[in-house]
Amino acid sequence: MTEYVIRFLVGGVVVSAFALLGDVLRPKSFAGLFGAAPSVALATLGIAIYQHGESGAATQTLSMMAGALALAVYSVVVCQLLIRARMRALPATLLSIVVWLIAAFGFWTLAGGQA
Amino acid sequence: MSAPIRISPSSLREGRWYEYVVRFALGGAATVFTGLISSLYGASVGGLFLALPAIFCASATLIEKHEIRRKREAGLAGERRGEEAAALDAAGASLGTLGMLAFAGVFWLLIERSVAYAFVGASLAWLCVSVVAWFVRRKLRFVRRPERNSGPAISRSR
Repeated sequence: MTEYVIRFLVGGVVVSAFALLGDVLRPKSFAGLFGAAPSVALATLGIAIYQHGESGAATQTLSMMAGALALAVYSVVVCQLLIRARMRALPATLLSIVVWLIAAFGFWTLAGGQA
Repeated sequence: MSAPIRISPSSLREGRWYEYVVRFALGGAATVFTGLISSLYGASVGGLFLALPAIFCASATLIEKHEIRRKREAGLAGERRGEEAAALDAAGASLGTLGMLAFAGVFWLLIERSVAYAFVGASLAWLCVSVVAWFVRRKLRFVRRPERNSGPAISRSR
């Protein structure tokens, strides 16, 4: 239980710090870089090293590459839904999570990922 | 050309206190969720979720909301402008994923040598690759614009 409380607090602080940076930076396209900041990774990898050692964290970062590629697909899809389909931000970003999941597991399988 | 990147602390005043609480809670929840996935399905599946766009939903929605509020205060309907602002943020995030890839690659390369080097090296790689990608895209846009504007008027109108 303590582990999850620590995860929650560390994750909240790191993510909020990157989000605040994104808030104050202009132009908006530059601030958007912080939307793809490895904030959850920074909060998680330290705990992963403590629990599973360096090799566990290395395995996680290998899979993270597939997740990052899927995030690129996700961002492009969100951009198109907002500009071409004129969707609002909340439905566009939530619907596209399905695209992220398919792309992430697709890239991960292509790279020979195994649970 | 003037400095393209600037800091606008006044933007912080646009946010409501509960919006910061929501982001903190979402960040914490995403980190807990990643941990749960790792313990249930292993580190390899859990690693995928290190790039989960959970926070992006909240950020894009807030950007849209702030833009709409700003336009409404000026007596205009700001829905379209709000969507465009969120789309710009998404375009920036798509470039940022290159930085995230660099982060994961450098971390993976350095972790067996030193934990500290892995964190510092990967964070620097993220920052450098993201910023360079943004500048390259900006430069390409500036190069393409004059080309579009040159040439006969008939071809420009197509």
